[in-house]
Formats: sequence, C-alpha cells, structure tokens
Amino acid sequence: MILVTVGTDLPFDRMIRVVDDWAGETGRQDLFAQIGKGGWEPRYMRFAQFLPPKQFAEYFTSAGVIVSHAGMGTILSALYQRKPILVMPKKASLGEHRNEHQTATALRLVEVGGVNVAFDEQELRAKLDHLDELSIGRKIGDFASDSLLSGIRDFIFSSKS
Amino acid sequence: MPQEKPRLLAISSGGGHWVQLLRLQPAFAGCDVIYATVRDGVRGDVGEADFHVIRDANRWSKLNLVRSALGILCLLLSVRPDIVITTGAAPGYFGARFGKWMGARVIWVDSVANAGELSMSGEKAGAFSDLWLTQWAHLAREKGPRFFGSVL
Repeated sequence: MILVTVGTDLPFDRMIRVVDDWAGETGRQDLFAQIGKGGWEPRYMRFAQFLPPKQFAEYFTSAGVIVSHAGMGTILSALYQRKPILVMPKKASLGEHRNEHQTATALRLVEVGGVNVAFDEQELRAKLDHLDELSIGRKIGDFASDSLLSGIRDFIFSSKS
Repeated sequence: MPQEKPRLLAISSGGGHWVQLLRLQPAFAGCDVIYATVRDGVRGDVGEADFHVIRDANRWSKLNLVRSALGILCLLLSVRPDIVITTGAAPGYFGARFGKWMGARVIWVDSVANAGELSMSGEKAGAFSDLWLTQWAHLAREKGPRFFGSVL
C-alpha cells in the first residue's frame, strides 16, 4: 500500500491532485490518502480527511511507501520504520502552511536523512513513475541522539533541582 | 532521606512537535513527568503517565491564542512544575513562558523542522529559556541557541 498524507494541519491539494492523477492513469488501487480538513477530494484514491492516530499508525505500518508533505512527524516515523518516503514541501506563499520552513527542512533532510524530495508537481510526478528507485533513508534509533539526551539530562539534574 | 523527584512538564503542540518530544523521553528518567499536548488520541503514546489535553493555537487566530494560553496557565497553576521542556510551537511557548513566571527552569528544544532559521516562537523563547537549543549545528550561535544533537 502507498500511504499519502498531508499532515494533521492544513490540506495540500497540489500534492493530492498529482498523486490522484497518477493513481488514475496507472490504475493502482492500493493507495490511501489523508487529505486534511476541507482538502480536495480525490477521484481515484481511497481517502479520509483525517484518521484517528491509532488507525493512521496501522496504515503507516502496513504501507510500503509513504508520500507526504515535508512534515517532521511523518518523516521521523518513516526513517524509524525504514520505509521509503517521498516528500513535497508545502509553500506558505500558496497558503499551504504558515511559514516557509518546509523547503529548507527538505533540503537539509536530503543531506542528513536520505529523504526523497520533490520540490514541485513535475518532480513529484516523475518520482512517482519511478517509485522503486526511492531510497530508504538513514536508520534512526528509538530516541534522540545520545548527545542531546545527555545534555538535557545533565541540565535537569544540575545543581538547582 | 531520598530527594524528591523534580516535577517536569513536557508540553508541545501536535504532529511533529509531539513526535519529537517523545523522542526525548529517556532524558526525563528520574523525574515526575506530566505530558500535555493538543490531541487526546495520542494519550496511549505515554502509557500510564500523567497526560493533559490543551487547546491548540497559532499566531493567525488571536481568539484561539487567548483560549489556549488561559488553559495552559490553569494547567501550570495545578501542575507547578520545577522544569518545563517543550519542542514548540505556540502552546509550548505559553507553557514555557508561564512556567518561567512561576519559577520553573525552562528548556526550549527548537523543532528539527526549523532547519533554515529558528522558529518565531523559538527566537522569542531564547530571551527567557534556561537551556535554549537548536537541533541544527549551523543555527547555533555564541549567545545561544546551543546545539547538543537532534532527534534524528
């Protein structure tokens, strides 16, 4: 299954339309999209505006590929579960997000995380046509890096507490 | 006599902020931890731990901001934490701000999503955070934020 998600906040019709066209043209039946509240409704994919967290987690676990906005929750889950993920950054200039951070995040995550990124609709379509070429990102552990955890810990248990 | 455990409030908005907060959990070992976030559906993520739902908000809706802030203020008054840790965004900022007023020590971990520049709330939180962190080495500055590592 391919799980498509726009996150829990604003819809991302630009991405959903491309994936839905692709689903229509290829005839693939195994897609499910979480489109966000008030999002454009796909014609070919199964979809929900929002899935309860538990159900979303089940879909996520059974998915072979994740297609997503460049949101950290989804990216961290994909890296952790070793699933190929293709992200497209939302743009605040198009009303898709509240600030422009997703593009910068996506650029960095290509470098450090091995995340697959499509910066626009054409690139998304091209990468959907070659899904088997998507890389699986960097392996991450159960928790944050040891240096971050010990830094926080040292602070919590330093003199004043 | 055994020392009392520090009371730690771990607070954030939903989605990626919450996922990042959960990835910091081992750092809280030995604390009395209280979690707060915006969706009841993720309660199961922290098992039997003390868990509170707060109202989400962002800077585009002033009314929601006020409602969210009031709810979080009430939470802070009942929890009385020694430490507040947050990964953002607006609800985390309120938790940190109010916690500071009440004498808690504040840890701000700016979201790893902010790779190009610090978040607006993260920039503001720097003024009063006792431990002010970015998750990107290239965003660390001499006067803070500091970089220790990331949730990746």
